[in-house]
Amino acid sequence: MQWDVVIGLEIHVQLATKTKIFSGSSTAYGAEPNTQANAVDLAMPGTLPVPNEQAFRYAVMFGLAIDADIGRRSVFERKNYFYPDLPKGYQTTQLEQPIVGPGHVDIDLPDGSTKSIRIHHAHLEEDAGKSLHEAFFDEHGQGMSGIDLNRAGTPLIEVVTEPDMRSAEEAVAFAKKLHSLVTSLGICDGDMSQGSMRFDVNISLKPKGQEEFGTRTETKNLNSFRFMEQAIAHEVERQMDILEDGGEIVQETRLYNGDRDESRSMRTKEEANDYRYFPCPDLLPVEIDDSFIEDCRSRLPELPDARKARFKEQLGLNDYDAGLLSGDAKLAAFFEETTARGKDAKLAANWILGEFSARLNAEDKSIADSPISGTQLGDLIVRIADDSVSSAGAKKVFEALWTGENDNVDAIIDAKGLKQVSDTGALEKLVDEVLAGMPDQIQQYQEADDKKRKKLMGGFMGPLMKASKGQGNPKLFTEILKKKLEG
Amino acid sequence: MTISREDIEKVALLARIRVDDKQVSELENDLGNILNLVDQLQNANTENTEPMAHPLDAVQRLRADEVTETDQREAFQAIAPATEAGLYLVPKVID
Amino acid sequence: MHNKSVAELSRDLAAGEVSSVELTQHFLDRIKQEDSKYNSFITVCEDEALTEARQADALRSQGKATPWTGVPFAHKDIFCTNGVRTTCASKMLENFVPPYDATVTANFRAAGAVCLGKTNMDEFAMGSSNETSYFGAATNPWGHNLVPGGSSGGSAAAVAARLTPAATATDTGGSIRQPAALCGITGLKPTYGRVSRYGMIAFASSLDQGGTMARSAEDNAMMLNVMAGHDPKDSTSLDRAVPDYTATLNEPLKGLKIGLPREYFTDQLSPAMEQTVRNAIAEYEKLGATVREVSLPNASLAIAAYYVIAPAEASANLSRFDGVRYGYRCDAPKDLMDLYTRTRDEGFGAEVKRRIMVGTYALSAGYFDAYYLKALKVRRLIQQDFVNALKEVDVLMSPTCPSPAFAKGEKANDPVTMYLEDIFTIAVNLAGLPALSLPAGLVDGLPVGLQIIGDYFSEARLLNAAHQYQQVTDWHQRTPE
Repeated sequence: MQWDVVIGLEIHVQLATKTKIFSGSSTAYGAEPNTQANAVDLAMPGTLPVPNEQAFRYAVMFGLAIDADIGRRSVFERKNYFYPDLPKGYQTTQLEQPIVGPGHVDIDLPDGSTKSIRIHHAHLEEDAGKSLHEAFFDEHGQGMSGIDLNRAGTPLIEVVTEPDMRSAEEAVAFAKKLHSLVTSLGICDGDMSQGSMRFDVNISLKPKGQEEFGTRTETKNLNSFRFMEQAIAHEVERQMDILEDGGEIVQETRLYNGDRDESRSMRTKEEANDYRYFPCPDLLPVEIDDSFIEDCRSRLPELPDARKARFKEQLGLNDYDAGLLSGDAKLAAFFEETTARGKDAKLAANWILGEFSARLNAEDKSIADSPISGTQLGDLIVRIADDSVSSAGAKKVFEALWTGENDNVDAIIDAKGLKQVSDTGALEKLVDEVLAGMPDQIQQYQEADDKKRKKLMGGFMGPLMKASKGQGNPKLFTEILKKKLEG
Repeated sequence: MTISREDIEKVALLARIRVDDKQVSELENDLGNILNLVDQLQNANTENTEPMAHPLDAVQRLRADEVTETDQREAFQAIAPATEAGLYLVPKVID
Repeated sequence: MHNKSVAELSRDLAAGEVSSVELTQHFLDRIKQEDSKYNSFITVCEDEALTEARQADALRSQGKATPWTGVPFAHKDIFCTNGVRTTCASKMLENFVPPYDATVTANFRAAGAVCLGKTNMDEFAMGSSNETSYFGAATNPWGHNLVPGGSSGGSAAAVAARLTPAATATDTGGSIRQPAALCGITGLKPTYGRVSRYGMIAFASSLDQGGTMARSAEDNAMMLNVMAGHDPKDSTSLDRAVPDYTATLNEPLKGLKIGLPREYFTDQLSPAMEQTVRNAIAEYEKLGATVREVSLPNASLAIAAYYVIAPAEASANLSRFDGVRYGYRCDAPKDLMDLYTRTRDEGFGAEVKRRIMVGTYALSAGYFDAYYLKALKVRRLIQQDFVNALKEVDVLMSPTCPSPAFAKGEKANDPVTMYLEDIFTIAVNLAGLPALSLPAGLVDGLPVGLQIIGDYFSEARLLNAAHQYQQVTDWHQRTPE
């Protein structure tokens, strides 16, 4: 049977605030365990939450960016369950009246069309702490887990989509677009390896063309695009096997192990969850007025879609390059810095998406760690464009910049003798000298057709470059040769 | 309104309170009486009445995003039942 | 010395007639000698109190005294005190020493007051007799077999027994007013949001309010001057100017409009109780007040609404007691579920567990609308009743409780009968209004409380009304034999 895949996502986005959503503890990543958990975060008796304005600002900015209704009155509720990483025994979250109402995020499909993915809502909530399963033992030698509550209380927005995606590719395209959006907004650092964005994927299958959705499962806590893609493929296959064998899908939460490409059902306990949501009596309704919204609007930076359009229209990039360079806020900023100095946007795009990206990937570095600045790369682009350095020479300059051998492009060109000779008189003299020793090749060339001539041209270039110690401008050499050989 | 033994066991599990058979019997009686008392609510005409979660008709103030807390792990963990390497210890957590 | 009021002790300290160290030592000695009879303190802070007293005397000698500098008082053991054990009268927190102060604690500290100790209470403030305390019931100084009321029974007993001139307290459904009435002292529950709840261990967050207990209204006013005010750490505390509550105590009552809620003067009240309360109201008429009957049509639903809302909130508020970060933890838990269920079974007393279970049930799937949501709607009806009544009159007056102090054990085994103890006080918490109880006579030789309920933020008026009554009567000066 043919099946339709139906996918909806819930994405936890950690907000890049300095402090927690309900306390003045720092949210900086990587601190010693429990050194950023204060009395409120630890749910010490009698302590009370006070919400962080910046978390609301970021949530509203997100809402404006996805064209959503902003909840003018939002209410925090308690979601009750016991877990060691949840100090209060309830999570403070929003249910009935979230801060961000329905909106949409548009994704580009491989066939060049765009698809609008509907956002059901996005709400503010607090993150939980972490359970560490390293080997700890109590006095009875029992295996124990260690609880670190530094993350407890970090502000999150949970973005909930409608089940609008129909393949792993669409889901990943959406996830990447959302990543690009929140990093461009500056409301999330986007560092997936540190859990700054985590995806829960709801998947169901239905016979092709059927309207009614099948029973869905939820695969929780995927923290990379690759794992997400694999987990979806895995779950689709699992469900398909069950359905084709005449079985039924159990509505459940599953955990995916990306290293082993396996998944398993999460809560096997007899107990059904009953979260007993009710309005948190320690917090009052938050009212968002027009001036707050306008303030948030005024803080909105250029968003990826607008940036892409600008890269195409103003800088003449093609759709593919513009898409790649506009998607990641940091990459876009680097590109703009390069272009501001280097002018030639197409050349800059080629270098950034080629040599530069390859080098970052090879060394597993992010743009923030790049040893080369956009301005330096721009300097190099200038020298490539004005023929001061050949493309082979430019690679050598790039290498020297990257390793920190020297930080000045012109100085490197000089020191390494990479300056291209573009003096026509001097080059012509060299051509005459070289041609004088190659009469057979000249004859061969002159008897050949256009197609063959192109190949034969290379036979002259080698000796010419050698004669010029690699510094002759190849473009000029070709022009002079053509003139001499073809009359 | 009566409450069954099964309900009591379910509620006790949700509330993470161990109950033995004797406690269940006592709770069956006590909770049944309390629920009878609160069942008076059903007589009230609350049509067109908005629920009132809070006595104050006020809105939430928001706090500036500034770090105000310092590390007090030592003081907090001095009163913890079990810690090691700065972590709170609990019996193994299985997802 | 221990018969003097806070106001008198403050004046004596200012005049140099006594030092704080002398005063503090005197009260500490009294506690040592007398409290075995009352069990009104869970923890006595002898060393800390004397240190604070010495600091107070030093500050005074430097001319940096407030009216409270060097004046001894006690905290209900629900307010967190940095470095001093805070138990909430529960095994769960038997050894809990918070490394932080409640805002109320910090306010008294800043005013230079001397904390004698932490007073007994019902466990997690759940009870009306003090009998649910893990540390044993406190005793009413008016009779060795009588309860002091609850939940702030230790504070009320300690004040009535002259072991402290004043004590903090909290009121979720009557926990200040009922014990104040039963012990023959004056107690004020302020408007919800008037006093910070930060560091005050939560029972039911939308109902809890910290307040005052002392013998006279004037002393209550002095306490409220220290306690009231906006706290940035409590989102539900209101940013609203705090008057000097002592400044208006002597305003005349001429023209004060008193309403008597018909529903609070029914046959639930014995003729002697009713007569005592009506005598007190007659006294107000002599002071120039006018009296009329008003109605609170939904009053009979208050207990039902309360016993859904309070347990529901409590069921979540008490989830943090899980044996992980502080407090009691069961011995050798075999797994996580065992850690939770045994810690909470062993650490909580029976009444606390009952209320957690009721609250959990009321919020659970299938019952939420019928119980919790319905109770919230009834809560609004009850509040509207008060708003309407207070459009017609300035204050409402009623008995604080249906009867004087009852015997220990009399109601302890029947939760529902115990709950009815708060029948006149509970609606005030649902509405969030301020109310006080003051001694207004004796029935069978036991104190009877008059409850005065006012509009939002009318604490000054309530204290003024109580003070004026206390200028012409001496019920608040009566001491148990």
